[in-house]
Amino acid sequence: MEGARRMPGEEGVWVFILLDMMTFSIFFLTFLYYRGQNVALFSESQSHLSQVLGAVNTLLMLSSSWFVATAVQAARRGLGKVTPICFLLAFLCGVGFGVVKFFEYGAKIRAGITPNTNDFYMYYYMFTGIHFMHVLIGMGVLAGLVQYSSTGGFDQKKMRNIESGATFWHVVDLLWIVLFALLYLVK
Amino acid sequence: MMQLVLSRTTLIWLLLIAATAASVAMGHGMGVHAIRGAGAAIIVVAFIKVRFVILDFMEVRHAPLPMRIVGEAWVLLICAALILLYLKGEAIV
Repeated sequence: MEGARRMPGEEGVWVFILLDMMTFSIFFLTFLYYRGQNVALFSESQSHLSQVLGAVNTLLMLSSSWFVATAVQAARRGLGKVTPICFLLAFLCGVGFGVVKFFEYGAKIRAGITPNTNDFYMYYYMFTGIHFMHVLIGMGVLAGLVQYSSTGGFDQKKMRNIESGATFWHVVDLLWIVLFALLYLVK
Repeated sequence: MMQLVLSRTTLIWLLLIAATAASVAMGHGMGVHAIRGAGAAIIVVAFIKVRFVILDFMEVRHAPLPMRIVGEAWVLLICAALILLYLKGEAIV
């Protein structure tokens, strides 16, 4: 690993990721700016979010990323069976994330809390919604990687494609880490 | 197989889980004065986690230097900007 520096995955994926992270950076900054204008409202609204569900989803995201990183390392060692299993476990963490989000949104909507309720919830639904679209796309990628890696033969080209997909999933994890801190935790 | 489990990746995953638990705990049982410090600390911990994900999971630690610089700079700049915005908002209350 030491010595020669190399870029994992395809260059195009990194350009896309950079743009995506810039977009979310603007989301994060916007959220805290408007929070600063009305801290009382944002704090009161935040108190209705479930920190437990948010934390469970964080654990699922972190674990899925760990499975994905392990899958890449397994592929490098030519472990044809371990790699797809790790991608599958990561995919299942994504399913778990979706189930938790389903119950979370459901409980909010039943309580009459919608994006129109106030600014806090507008940002909450918008940011977590856009993030959830990333989760769904990422799960599609992971499902593809389960299939793709199951045939083994991890040559250079295949490793690059696997790394590209893995990198995208880590961004989905990374963005959630910040969203969880800002939306659920910061008082 | 054991090498795969007993890896740096696994250690970092455990660290990330521990940091998450610490962040959740930080939001509880604080006086008004401590809340500001806790809020800023939660943002810092979040970006320490993000840095590990970028450097180790996304393997930017071993990527070409410009990529690493962009990654590190993003973490530092956004984290600092968010803390400033957060503290500015708290000061109004």
